[in-house]
Amino acid sequence: MNILVCIKQVPGSSNVEVDPVTGVLKRDGASSKMNPYDLYALELALSLCEKWGGEVTTVTMGPPQAKAVILESVCMGASGGTVLSDRKFAGADVLATAYTLSQGIRQLPPFDLIICGKQTTDGDTAQVGAELAEYLGISNISGVLSVDDVRDGKLLVTASLDNNIVEESVKMPCLLSADADINTPRLPSYRIRQSVSEEMVRVISFADFSDQDEKHYGLSGSATQVERIFPPEKNTEKHSITGSAAEQAEGIFSLIRERKLI
Amino acid sequence: MGKLQINQNLVTSEHADALMKLCPFGAFSYADGKLDISSACKMCKMCVRKGPAGVVEYVEEDTIGIDKSTWRGICVYVDHTGGKIHRVTYELIGKARELAKVTGHPVIALMIGDGIAGCTERLRHYGVDRIYLYEHAALRDFRIEPYTAVFYDFIEKIKPSSILIGATNLGRQLAPRIAARCRAGLTADCTVLDMKENTDLVQIRPAFGGNIMAQIISTNSRPQFCTVRYKVFPEPKPMEEVGGEIIRMSAEDVDLTSGIEILSSREKPRAVDIAEADVIVAVGRGASGEGIRAMAAELADLLGGVIACSRPLAEGGIMDARHQIGLSGRTVKPKFILCLGISGAVQFAAGMKASDCIVAVNTDRNAPIFDVAHYGIVGDVNEILPQLLAKVKEAQNNV
Repeated sequence: MNILVCIKQVPGSSNVEVDPVTGVLKRDGASSKMNPYDLYALELALSLCEKWGGEVTTVTMGPPQAKAVILESVCMGASGGTVLSDRKFAGADVLATAYTLSQGIRQLPPFDLIICGKQTTDGDTAQVGAELAEYLGISNISGVLSVDDVRDGKLLVTASLDNNIVEESVKMPCLLSADADINTPRLPSYRIRQSVSEEMVRVISFADFSDQDEKHYGLSGSATQVERIFPPEKNTEKHSITGSAAEQAEGIFSLIRERKLI
Repeated sequence: MGKLQINQNLVTSEHADALMKLCPFGAFSYADGKLDISSACKMCKMCVRKGPAGVVEYVEEDTIGIDKSTWRGICVYVDHTGGKIHRVTYELIGKARELAKVTGHPVIALMIGDGIAGCTERLRHYGVDRIYLYEHAALRDFRIEPYTAVFYDFIEKIKPSSILIGATNLGRQLAPRIAARCRAGLTADCTVLDMKENTDLVQIRPAFGGNIMAQIISTNSRPQFCTVRYKVFPEPKPMEEVGGEIIRMSAEDVDLTSGIEILSSREKPRAVDIAEADVIVAVGRGASGEGIRAMAAELADLLGGVIACSRPLAEGGIMDARHQIGLSGRTVKPKFILCLGISGAVQFAAGMKASDCIVAVNTDRNAPIFDVAHYGIVGDVNEILPQLLAKVKEAQNNV
């Protein structure tokens, strides 16, 4: 089974602020890491291959520095990976990101299964996986808790769908989005880390794609535009309850009473 | 739409330095007298606005405008399980009615399933102009391809301008798939929606873990898709009058094949859903001791509410992750929430700040929780909670 896992490099911390005067986005340091939700997807892929045979590779879209997350995936057990990197991809929304990934994936060897994480910690949308499946024209299932069997070109999957647990079979090739906390991701291997090099990461760009219309990528290929960014508003109406602990307890008690909670 | 153009003839090493410092995403590089922008660029255009004049320019590209007048109506997707309608649907209908006032568009609902016609009755008390219904045996269970196919059929025939979808597990799968098929914009987890007179839907959502709000529009694509979480908007009261014409749509010409076969579907074991609670007592790192947690749970119980926690307690395995409030947990909107020993990092606040009444107790007067709290109490939970619990018990006994 050839499994492709979509991963993303995200900021090490989401502590960003908007300068209220200049509107400049102030980011806290330049550290970055693999999107934590992708670790569950990668672990699911690796464990499937251990059981059913096959190979795991990873793909990401991002700046050249995103090679780091591909290398990290190799240290966890992936056999290699690809970075889709080009200035023309800059400013992509979900639609353009999913389209770019679909174009990049078409340049890679055929896959049986794509696994994505639930969402990223920077974009938080949880939308790219399903849009990617649409562009590739394959079935997709989100909230995947486990892959229970592989038989006759189909996967037996258990997934969470709101109040229900659904068992379903899905024809390959297909795309699964792994739910969070479904496994314990393995740690990167120290032994592999000694032998990895940047050459193990393939970088492909716009020029390698079959669709050469720039308007389908990056900001131009995006259907949404960010009109403005602003800091979240703070609650202005405030009261404080002061005094001794007994007085403060009494204060909370009156609030409970006023609201007829008892 | 456009792109950034670097006028290399104007570039000096000072300019390059300034731009590299300015760019929040570190997208500039400078080598051999040539300035370059990498794909780390997020098109914030800070370099155009604040950088050395003329060095980086934003070049508009021609776009073919769409005719917005051919897209009419604000559509709400009716989220349901076997005909049982999810309440986020009513919340979205309430919002759709507000938005429709600006443009005079109709509010329409789309329901997809099998044997669900009888379930539309309640919907007709919420002021929907038309309810479109697709019923077919192949639509009995949610499977992505057939649901997307009929949704697309509906869009081609009815051409709604905006489509609001609840950010349930189902909605989060369906919305991106149908939006991609329409090559249209989709904004996830909107917390504010507004309508422009030209029918552009203004969508505001938190980004970067709620540290920043982003206002998003789709000026040149229709329909405009967005998802909204449950309990973000208020649920309108059902009206006495019944309205909403039911229009049956045929799924006969639609390709309903799927690579997915549902083998079984069973309800999850009933767990406490903190998102449904009207009263919440939430504990954080400053109230993580066993005794305090037991008291908090007892208080929650006496008030007819539930106990919840912030991320450190869920991640530390002290409390079940299903009780966690915040961006990585649940969004809650109770009538009353008492936050005990919670510092109130944005990731927590984003998941509860829409609550009607927020009361916070923390020893640190600078804790960010006091920015969102309506009633702030700088004090020790260990001293206050036992006394509060005693008062509530006493009052309860005197009833």
